[in-house]
Amino acid sequence: MAAVQQSKFDRVCAILDKYDKNPNKLIPILQDIQEEYTYLPEDIMTFVATALGISSANIYGVATFYAHFTLEPKGKYIIKVCDGTACHVKKSDGILAALEKELGLSKSKKTSDDLLFTLETVACLGACGLAPAVVINDKVHGLMTPESTIALINEIKEAEAK
Amino acid sequence: MSHIDLQAHKEQFRQCMEQYKARIVICGGTGCMANGAGEIMEEFNRVLKEKGLSVTVAMAKEESDYYIAKSGCQGFCQMGPLVTIYPQEDLYVKVKKEDVEEIVEKTLIKGEAVERLLYKDDAGQPIANMHEIPFYKLQKRTALKLCGMIDAEDIDEYIGQDGYIAARKAVLEMTPEEVCKEILDSGLRGRGGGGFPTGRKWELTLVQPGPVKYVICNGDEGDPGAFMDRCLMEGNPHSVLEGMIIAAKAVGATDGYIYVRTEYPLAVDRLRIAIEDARKAGILGKNIFGSTMNFDINIMEGAGAFVCGEETALMASIEGRRGMPQPKPPFPAVKGLFGKPTVINNVETLATVPVVLNMGAEKYAAMGTEKSRGTKTFALTGNVAHTGLIEVPFGATLRQIIVDIGGGVIDDFGNNVGADFKAVQIGGPSGGCLTQEHLDMPLDYENLQSIGAMVGSGGLVVMNQQTCMVQIARFFMQFTQNESCGKCVVCREGTRQMLALLDDIIEGRATGETLELLEELAKMVKVGSLCGLGKTAPNPVLSTLKYFRSEYEEHVFNKNCPTGNCQALKKYAINPELCKSCGLCARKCPVNAISGAKGQPYEIDKSACIKCGACKESCKFGAVSIS
Repeated sequence: MAAVQQSKFDRVCAILDKYDKNPNKLIPILQDIQEEYTYLPEDIMTFVATALGISSANIYGVATFYAHFTLEPKGKYIIKVCDGTACHVKKSDGILAALEKELGLSKSKKTSDDLLFTLETVACLGACGLAPAVVINDKVHGLMTPESTIALINEIKEAEAK
Repeated sequence: MSHIDLQAHKEQFRQCMEQYKARIVICGGTGCMANGAGEIMEEFNRVLKEKGLSVTVAMAKEESDYYIAKSGCQGFCQMGPLVTIYPQEDLYVKVKKEDVEEIVEKTLIKGEAVERLLYKDDAGQPIANMHEIPFYKLQKRTALKLCGMIDAEDIDEYIGQDGYIAARKAVLEMTPEEVCKEILDSGLRGRGGGGFPTGRKWELTLVQPGPVKYVICNGDEGDPGAFMDRCLMEGNPHSVLEGMIIAAKAVGATDGYIYVRTEYPLAVDRLRIAIEDARKAGILGKNIFGSTMNFDINIMEGAGAFVCGEETALMASIEGRRGMPQPKPPFPAVKGLFGKPTVINNVETLATVPVVLNMGAEKYAAMGTEKSRGTKTFALTGNVAHTGLIEVPFGATLRQIIVDIGGGVIDDFGNNVGADFKAVQIGGPSGGCLTQEHLDMPLDYENLQSIGAMVGSGGLVVMNQQTCMVQIARFFMQFTQNESCGKCVVCREGTRQMLALLDDIIEGRATGETLELLEELAKMVKVGSLCGLGKTAPNPVLSTLKYFRSEYEEHVFNKNCPTGNCQALKKYAINPELCKSCGLCARKCPVNAISGAKGQPYEIDKSACIKCGACKESCKFGAVSIS
């Protein structure tokens, strides 16, 4: 257990060194930490606060201000349904409703219990020519319908079951 | 460090290009990539090699017969994936992997066009040359010219198209004052929405004392429905860098930042490659172009906050703080990033700067209208035939954009209804809507402002007659309410209350008072907010109220949504002639609002109905109707 704990903090130390422990680089530091740990664990944030010489309240403030940061672990597959204007006009809400129903998720519960899927909406992916768009782990799927989206989810589930 | 000889490099590139029998350009924009452009590229490579022909992928350094390049977004997203064959400039649309063999056989080997893959005009006539297609022919691609033509990851291609000549001239041959004057004379105004004259902004920064100044490129393109900056950063990142170098020369800056949304990973990658290549060529770093000027650029990825598109919030974010706007003055030109004089320009503005210098201020200023010079890119989306990215001179009309370039409005049933749109939302959540009466109004900064809309970043969302305007207003309100940073009370709480009032209207709880309250609150939020987000947040509500008041009133007083989009205002009924009395709907109804007996048609108790639609979904005979 002590060894695991050790390596956990080693990784954050490497990130802090990369940015010379410069408090101005707080956002890139948090981005790197989130990439490493998939979310921002509380003890890591406290550690970062001490290392940068700023208050943990300050870090909490930044971490909760930006939509990109999350304080809870996310699923293996992150599904982003675009709800930009163009996608909205082309009925992206139907896709979202179908996904919520299929995965048993809602606005307050975004990650499935098996940590397989996280369902989010994004303001605009800038893929308006392909509206409505759905992104699963950075792969853009354009001109989607509720049916084609559910088909994609089932493909993932099948691949995971193997 | 060796310094690049641009002319020699260009000549070398030209010779290199001449050896190829054809150059195959595959659109690598997000749209085409999602439709399989990557596979098409691999297939070309495979088929050509299979036929014993030599081919070069990217970097034109080896001798071979053909050259395949992946470009940035070509704008014609609806028709993607796009493949263009140079030198003849034939454009193939909606290309599939299976089509590659035929293109190689016919076009590359025999020199004939593959007719079935060409774009067909309204009369069904195929058009081969891309510049003859109405979508491109009617545009004036200036900032976007090289986007979609060159390989964004190859600095040689940019230099081969006169890239960095303007920056070199500015750095070596012009004084900062001359650069500012040239840009001021061109009439270039901020393309991010503000419309402030760029040359004036630079002059204000130039006159500030002190050795440390910054240039920031604002690539935090957050307006839903706008993606021109993304395309520029992905399709021609060097033009953005070149614009920043020229700006740095004009104001005397030594460091630059590009602030890019984290939602644009491809743009971040391509900018990083471009910066690295420019450093190697001595175009960025110390003593650029062999002069005494030092200038380098850093990339900062945003973390998902719309308000960071506001310049003071953006700077707070670079400094590692919450992105909350500050009162102005002091303006960034006086006290900006880390307290130093800073010039912040939008991506499109900066990408236009080298074009202006190459073209000459006078020639650039000849395009557009009297006060809005030059061209503007628009992201054309929504219910329109050809969604995509376009660039037209200021003064173009909606009719030209939607009908001539965009190919007409598409209704909910898939029919092309020409110019019969209900509204066009311009400028995203800060903008307003345009209606049929504005169809022939020349679009420029002044005209749009006079009718309560704005150019904004240039998102144009076309909405057909089946769109509910109250829902659209609610959509934007939800967006601004989410994105309000919380600093100003009227913005934070005002947008929340406005959203609740709009929900009342949509869900049938509104009274006449609701509309009055909504308008009063809208005016208050406008006046009481510090930054552009709050000041413009009520615009979509005010503008839809202005042009579609009767639609609001229909919702409020008659509890009826004319377009039938508002779920709670729908009235479900069972058609007694179609009902087979199977009773399935009654069993499915979660609130037991349906009653009936065998042999008699079932009925819905309207006072108990919660309008969930379960009955309509379950009925096998289509007997449940909505009015």
